[in-house]
Amino acid sequence: MSEEFQNHDPNSGHTETEQHIVGPATYGIIFAALLVGTALTIGASYLEMGAWNPVVAILIACIKATLVVLFFMHIKYSSKLMKLTVGAGLFTFLILVGMSLSDYISRAWGQW
Amino acid sequence: MSTIVSLPDQSTARVPKRNYLTNENGLLSWLLTGDHKRIAILYLISITFFFFIGGALAGVIRLELLTPQSDLMAADTYNKVFTMHGVVMIFLFLVPSVPATLGNFLIPIMIGAKDLAFPKINLLSWYLYLAGGAMTLAAMITGGVDTGWTFTTPMSTHFSNTNVITTGLAIFVAGFSSIFTGLNFIVTVHRMRAPGMTWFKLPLFVWAHYAASILMVLGTPVLAITLVLVVLERTIGIGVFDPTKGGDPILFQHLFWFYSHPAVYIMILPGMGVISEVISTFSRKRVFGYTAVAFSSVAIAVFGFFVWAHHMFIMGVSNYAVLVFSLLTMLVAVPSAIKIFNWAFTLYKGSITFETPMLYAFGFMGLFTIGGLTGVFLGTSGTDIHLTETYFIVAHFHFVMVGGMLMAFLSGIHFWWPKMTGRMYPEKISQLAAVVTFIGFNFTFFPQFLLGMLGMPRRYAAYPAEFQVLNVFSTAGASILGVGYLLPMIYLVWSLKYGAIAGANPWQATGLEWQIQSPPLTENFTTIPVVTQDVYDYEWLERQKEHEVTHVG
Amino acid sequence: MDSHAVATTADAHGHEHDHPAYLRHHFVSYEQQTETASFGMWLFLLTEIMFFGGLFTAYLIYRNWYYPAFVAGSHQLSITLGSFNTLLLITSSFTMAMGVWSAETKRHKGLVWSLIATLILGIGFLGIKTVEYKEKWEKHHIPGDTFSVQSFVNPSSDAEAKAAGDKPMGLDMARKTEVYFSLYFAMTGMHALHMIIGIALLCGMLFKAVRGGYMDGNIAFVENFGLYWHFVDIVWIFLFPLLYLISRHQ
Ligand code: HEM
Ligand SMILES: [Cu+2]
Repeated sequence: MSEEFQNHDPNSGHTETEQHIVGPATYGIIFAALLVGTALTIGASYLEMGAWNPVVAILIACIKATLVVLFFMHIKYSSKLMKLTVGAGLFTFLILVGMSLSDYISRAWGQW
Repeated sequence: MSTIVSLPDQSTARVPKRNYLTNENGLLSWLLTGDHKRIAILYLISITFFFFIGGALAGVIRLELLTPQSDLMAADTYNKVFTMHGVVMIFLFLVPSVPATLGNFLIPIMIGAKDLAFPKINLLSWYLYLAGGAMTLAAMITGGVDTGWTFTTPMSTHFSNTNVITTGLAIFVAGFSSIFTGLNFIVTVHRMRAPGMTWFKLPLFVWAHYAASILMVLGTPVLAITLVLVVLERTIGIGVFDPTKGGDPILFQHLFWFYSHPAVYIMILPGMGVISEVISTFSRKRVFGYTAVAFSSVAIAVFGFFVWAHHMFIMGVSNYAVLVFSLLTMLVAVPSAIKIFNWAFTLYKGSITFETPMLYAFGFMGLFTIGGLTGVFLGTSGTDIHLTETYFIVAHFHFVMVGGMLMAFLSGIHFWWPKMTGRMYPEKISQLAAVVTFIGFNFTFFPQFLLGMLGMPRRYAAYPAEFQVLNVFSTAGASILGVGYLLPMIYLVWSLKYGAIAGANPWQATGLEWQIQSPPLTENFTTIPVVTQDVYDYEWLERQKEHEVTHVG
Repeated sequence: MDSHAVATTADAHGHEHDHPAYLRHHFVSYEQQTETASFGMWLFLLTEIMFFGGLFTAYLIYRNWYYPAFVAGSHQLSITLGSFNTLLLITSSFTMAMGVWSAETKRHKGLVWSLIATLILGIGFLGIKTVEYKEKWEKHHIPGDTFSVQSFVNPSSDAEAKAAGDKPMGLDMARKTEVYFSLYFAMTGMHALHMIIGIALLCGMLFKAVRGGYMDGNIAFVENFGLYWHFVDIVWIFLFPLLYLISRHQ
């Protein structure tokens, strides 16, 4: 039996910071922001903005989703690993959508 | 031939009385176990079962192709046979083969943990696998499927009147088993490493599984939703893939290959992990370019998501997309090549010995190289137009999947057999089996490259008479290959009772798994190890042994 | 002779310190266990993102191909009901967040009431969804054999289409509304399925909370359920504008 494998302090390998508790005040503000976002997106759909209509709709949805992820889902207060995990999901999602669309968009360009 | 095997004195040695196999008794103690090692054994038994079903189907295919006419069975039966062969081999054997057995058994031990992060989910994943397997068998018995493992639309949605729905749902369920395995591995590798076990001290086996797990978690759900859409299309006729309603069958291809290209790396990366361990151990050297090999696994996983349309070059995707995906496909060959080169450099000036795992590893290196390089031919869009849907493709993927992954699986099973069971397999006959497998493999699949070049299409029961000679070669080779697979089945079971007592570290290998008793205790380690040595640190092992001797003396 | 570098004989359960009952044997500490659980949950949510990803891809492609059909199809949905449902779901996300906070700060009553509110809001959402589905059923807007393009080739025969001022569509494009409704049902149906699973879990959690559960610091389940619930909310945040709000001004 070697010295290398001795008993150790159980927490020595894990240096995570203490968990951050998000309170009602923050949740309330985010809730209000989400309601405003919903109102905005409904309102915007009645305006004539041409090609900008879908852009605005998606943009507002993204902002709302980001708020939920950051605050309701605590990612703002989480470790780098968690942030990276969310990023990886988003990245792969965009690859799926983006690369598939690249085929559809360029089909119309015809032959060389 | 020299050997590194060092076994304990057989007259006094015993398999330790207390270990994970003897810890508890009774069927329930297995069916309700949370122990990753027992779950690995459960998986090993089930995938072996499905491997032999898939193998029998392969035998039937080769028999039919012995003659140019479709005489053994009707053409539509043949379609069902090759479909079932593909489905069983890919989803029920290759995808779980190494990860769910060796990965499950070894990852916690290699990183110095007592178990995976979620033991219950691990068990659940095995039950899901069984459910998927049972559904597949049910689909087979009640009439089969004839779409090919790729479920191509509109064949699968409109024209096939076979059990597409049952099979699709079976794969859906089995897919979740794979998702849960991957999820468990990722969390385990991040969260459960022993003190001192930094990322760059992880064995390459763990890196490879980590990369494969990313693919399982991010890729498999896309397959799941695709199959759901196919099932909905068949049942209520939603129009998403139906051209008569305005849907696009090519969208099915996009979604299917978005999973299935990464899936081929799910099927090879864990095998690459095995090869890294084996090559290092049997040349007694640290893997050359450890960091490069580690990162190449991750690179394969990431690039793997960018190339899927190379399966669709002739299917009506845009020319520009063909160009881009063709170039990106070349890119993914780079990390694969990095691995091959680094293994070759590891061998260079190593003290190489030729035990069975190493023989399989050599087989892997040669065959995977050929498989990978022919993949580059296929990724080149011009060449692909000639070769696609021919036997060239069949040969390509059998070189990587059978020549690559199956060789790696057998290599790993032999290598860790003493750890899993406490006993050695018989060396001479297993070396014979490895050689027989290699010879049989080449006889079976090399002629298929030639057949493909000559233009023999895949997936037909009959073919023009001029292709017969090469097909006879292939069928003959398949029977040799069959013997090569039956042998281990027999002698490994034999060795459970009669094999030599292995002791903790028969190969003098450096991984943490070799520093504990074989078979391990249920809790793996009595005290959690503190890792101070480097990975593949053979000098550390030497010092360790000296220490031991003085200690005892 | 056996060279064990790691001790293998000592009693495995000889822990020197006290562990709470819910700490599983293979974790060193409770912190490690909860972090591990929420990391696992996040990975599961990644699979969910990709699962819905396939549907979103299909949606984007067909929306670009058959834009007029998508516009006409979306005019069949009720903005009032859709907006109200959005309100319900966002509120339920808020109440769930409050539930997690109550559990974290060991407020028994707060937890129970938050869960009850979340449950009611969730069921309300599904109720309204049922009303919407029923209306589609009656108007033969369910894809499949019974699908009818009546509302689109002849908008004056249809209250919603008339209200939106839709022009009659050629039969060819009108038939593409079936693709729109396929996606509508696939996406909202998948979402509703997630809600149903969520509500089932919520009931179990409420049952335990009422009887004093989750007050001992072991709240991983509440936290992870919260993540799941918020994720379902996020999916809806995208579905709402994509399905209901396509070009309301035309
Ligand atoms: C090393 C780099 C690799 C490259 C560049 C490559 C390239 C390709 C290409 C371009 C095709 C499509 C051919 C066609 O349909 O016309 C293909 C098919 C295939 N490859 Fe690979 N491949 C590689 C490695 C692998 C590996 C490692 C595996 C599995 C372990 C694999 C399994 C398959 C399978 C199963 C198919 C056929 C799918 C089907 O149509 O049934 N490939 N490969
Ligand atoms: Cu591929």
